[in-house]
Amino acid sequence: MNYTFDFAPVFAAWPSLVDGVIGTLKMSSLSMIFGLSLGIVFMMMRMSKKPALKAIAVGYIEMIRNTPILVQVFFVFFGMPAIGIRLSGEQAAILAMTLNCAAYAAEIVRGGVQSIRPGQIEAGRALGMHAVDIYRFIVFRPAIRAVYPALCSQFILMMLNSSLMSSVSAEELTYFAQTLDAQTFRSFEIYLTLGVIYLALSQFFSIALGVIGRVYFSYPAK
Amino acid sequence: MIRQFGWGEFLFLLEGARWTVVLSLLAFTLGGALGLAVALGRTSKWGWLRILMATYIQIFQGTPLLIQLFFVYFGLPLLGLKVDIWVALTIGLSLHTSAFLGEIWRGSIQAVPDGQSEAARALGIGYMHRMIDVVLPQAFRIGLPATISFLVNLIKGTALAALLGLTELTRSGQLMANITFQPLQVYGAVALIYFIICVPLTYCSAKIERRLNAAR
Repeated sequence: MNYTFDFAPVFAAWPSLVDGVIGTLKMSSLSMIFGLSLGIVFMMMRMSKKPALKAIAVGYIEMIRNTPILVQVFFVFFGMPAIGIRLSGEQAAILAMTLNCAAYAAEIVRGGVQSIRPGQIEAGRALGMHAVDIYRFIVFRPAIRAVYPALCSQFILMMLNSSLMSSVSAEELTYFAQTLDAQTFRSFEIYLTLGVIYLALSQFFSIALGVIGRVYFSYPAK
Repeated sequence: MIRQFGWGEFLFLLEGARWTVVLSLLAFTLGGALGLAVALGRTSKWGWLRILMATYIQIFQGTPLLIQLFFVYFGLPLLGLKVDIWVALTIGLSLHTSAFLGEIWRGSIQAVPDGQSEAARALGIGYMHRMIDVVLPQAFRIGLPATISFLVNLIKGTALAALLGLTELTRSGQLMANITFQPLQVYGAVALIYFIICVPLTYCSAKIERRLNAAR
């Protein structure tokens, strides 16, 4: 092995790496929030008694879960202009990640909602709670609390998947790294640094989501 | 004259799909073998080995697959190995698989009740036979649904090979989209082929999981 490591060009480019981290954080946070919201809609369709709604939701969820996110983002970015929807790389990336996240979130949250015993809802009704409040306090919050760890790992996976969005020129961390690679040819050093940054980011998300969970679900368990 | 996306073009995609399947099977087999070692290391009695394996798993679970593949692709030549894209991708995907399957199987091994291996130890059965004849067969059953789900993830993960230039299903789709200028149809067809490959596996995994839960 006679290769001289040279990290200097990588560290010299730190401003663009910081931009990349910000891009990654922004895109993944937005798709987490939109994805969870859309996922709850799909989950309600999936659990509805109307066969048509249920079929749409099942079809959507299975279609997304059984195809690669890379193909999904290509479909959105390259395919959708054919039907008149032209998005920038970043918009396409956020849309694809949201659509992807929604399918997984729907299945995860469904697991949580199914764990809520009917007696709980009946108790809410007996106390004269409004239907919206029943959903909010008795169904969703405990349901999401029950599946919060699974949801968090899905979110972190989402953040890691955002690295694929460089292929549609969305400006996130990997995109800047590839630009840097083209300028300096220090591929190995760049991807090593990138790996370390992603590892730190996933730890960061793991801790941040843990704190959010502890604050939001801090009411007593029983 | 621009080519239209028709039957012949679909066959071209299917030809790419063949390499998707081959790459997935290779990575799953090699990664599975290595994953078993990771799982056994992760549950061994030596603390340093457990920590080492935990770190290994953490590294692969905390970084994107794309970066892992790039890392292997650019890293192997530094070790003086001249490898082609197939070898680099197989190694990269196998390492990725080994970490994920290692973690899944660690969970399954630990889910086997302690009494089982205590009883085996009381009967004087050594580590090898305790694992092969007592613990692993039971762990296999518990870990099967998650293992199949991971295989689906792996098949979807091989799509990243397209970004390194291997002509598998996704890359065939890219090429075809550039030739026909009908990206909507082409990527739709690509997604459909992945769907057809993955759905039976997803269905199996869900079915086995239901059956295992019913037994409890």
